[in-house]
Amino acid sequence: MNLTNFDQDAGLRRLHMMERIRAFEETARRAAIDEELVLGAIHLSIGQEAVATGIIENLRRDDYILSTHRGHGHTLAKGADADAMMKELLGREGGCCGGKGGSMHIADFGVRMLGANGVVGANITIAAGAAHGIKLLGGDQIVVCFFGDGASNRGPFLEGVNWAGVFNLPILFVCEDNQYSASTLTSDMTSGNIADRARALGLRTTEADGNDVTSLAATAAEITARIRETGTPEFLMAKTYRISGHTYFDPATYRPEGEAERMQATTCPIARLRETLAEAGVSTDELDGLAQDARAEMDRALDAARDAPWPANETAFADVQDIGSPLKEAF
Amino acid sequence: MPVMSYADAAKLAVAEAMRDDPTVWCVGEDLGRGGVFKQYTGLVEEFGPQRISDAPISEAAIMGAAFGAAMAGTRPIVEMRFADFALCATDELVNQIAKARFMFGGQSRAPMVIRKPMGMWRSSAAQHSQSLESWYTHIPGLVVCCPATPQDNYSMMKAAIACDDPVVYLEHKNIWAHEGEVDPTKAVDFGKAALRRSGRDVTLVSWSQTANLCVEAADVLARQGIGAEVIDLRSLWPWDKAEVFDSVRKTGRLLVAHEAVSVAGFGAEVVATVAQNIPMKTLPKRLGSPRGLIAYAPNLEDQMRVTAPMIARAAQEMMENEPA
Repeated sequence: MNLTNFDQDAGLRRLHMMERIRAFEETARRAAIDEELVLGAIHLSIGQEAVATGIIENLRRDDYILSTHRGHGHTLAKGADADAMMKELLGREGGCCGGKGGSMHIADFGVRMLGANGVVGANITIAAGAAHGIKLLGGDQIVVCFFGDGASNRGPFLEGVNWAGVFNLPILFVCEDNQYSASTLTSDMTSGNIADRARALGLRTTEADGNDVTSLAATAAEITARIRETGTPEFLMAKTYRISGHTYFDPATYRPEGEAERMQATTCPIARLRETLAEAGVSTDELDGLAQDARAEMDRALDAARDAPWPANETAFADVQDIGSPLKEAF
Repeated sequence: MPVMSYADAAKLAVAEAMRDDPTVWCVGEDLGRGGVFKQYTGLVEEFGPQRISDAPISEAAIMGAAFGAAMAGTRPIVEMRFADFALCATDELVNQIAKARFMFGGQSRAPMVIRKPMGMWRSSAAQHSQSLESWYTHIPGLVVCCPATPQDNYSMMKAAIACDDPVVYLEHKNIWAHEGEVDPTKAVDFGKAALRRSGRDVTLVSWSQTANLCVEAADVLARQGIGAEVIDLRSLWPWDKAEVFDSVRKTGRLLVAHEAVSVAGFGAEVVATVAQNIPMKTLPKRLGSPRGLIAYAPNLEDQMRVTAPMIARAAQEMMENEPA
């Protein structure tokens, strides 16, 4: 890598964020498998950490993001608190959604992370709408909508991207292409090319290496600045690879033997950035220290979550709706 | 007091709310030309195309984008054109809008009015005629209302726009032109029924256009010396159990009538709830459409209709078949 313009401080910050995302998910996986503390399905983004990190570092706190069922990384990168997130995964009091949503509905409106989503592609129209709301209210925020390659085969992809184009909305659609739709190779179920679909809908479209956080962050900086300036939607294809299975308990035996190992060895965004930082002269101790720091943070988060109580039973009936109590009116 | 149509009453409510609150806006297909039933005529001239927004024929995006805009701080009024077409946006309504506040632990609200013109309208056939109100009553998180008069279409629209919950707002297509007095100072709370006729012999419970048919039936029954009390529920979630219970305690007889298919219609819910709570003189009865499809040919379409004479006859039978 050409290190002439390499920003070492930014590199260290990005490495730390990616290590935090990885450590969060590995800790959650361990909590699920070893201790059965995480009860529902969780979808890991191991191998995809650069997409969340490289793009979201260009956002302001009051910009919005919307995420997918694989949303821990986006949520952490937007600034959500790891303790509250871990409690949510364990379904405990103090979780960012009070234990009502779990991993697939993780959200932190305080940092304008408007939710992961259990339905593939459903966040695309909602994200376009958040940008529509910004425009109606005369705000200067932007929206970033993350979705996977598989989502491009759902109707809301067409409807939501078209909507953003028609109304000229300040939104960046990020197709985080990890190449798999659950256990199916996306290319087997996709006619044509996803980026071409966005181009056909009139959006300026950029294709990027989603595992090179340095170049991705620079690309995203240009795109987000342009969207903020012009209020015009754009589309970013970020090519990455899902090293883990679809869920934490998916052994992913449908993949060609050795594929995940080969991809991890050659494209893991954390390994690649570590290599660059080492070339720039950062010591192995310092690099390892960032990983250790991240793991210690997530261990503490798990300890806190393990000790947290279950939510009070009556909260099952709270925050359903203002009009018509779920208990009182029902019988 | 001004007299206006059912359509204009809702339009007045929308216009007043938009004047009062700059975050209220409407979005749907053809709104810039007044909407398919002209229920938005003139609004784009006053409020402009951003707040009376056209939309692509993308029901999922209309619903989903309005939801996103609601979470970003606006109060959208969503026009689905026909209740039947709203089925294209079912995920957005049922999985997203209805659940967001709960799933996210109270971090968000979805203050939205979702207008779905419903019901039979001559020769509109199977995809433009349905009454699916009971579906939405089954979804926690949603408010469901079915106004039957110009006054209620004004007052309930006002309440729906002011409400922080998502409101499924089902206007009946066959009564857009019905005229009536509208008192703009009159407020209606969700869950508060309207007593449309008083009577001591039998309680008729209904909503939407069929409530109006119940009033016709009550007038016929009155001439036969039968006192029918007509309760127009107006909102189905929540619904006014207290008013219905009080009436059935008095009359001892309950007939629920609606345009929707009888099987698993909301009439079943009303009858079951009353039967669990109030002793009656006769078996309760519900009257709805056969579980058949609505046809194009008028005579075939009529096979699915609940009419005022049918309601009156059913009430008469309840009086006649009373056990000794």
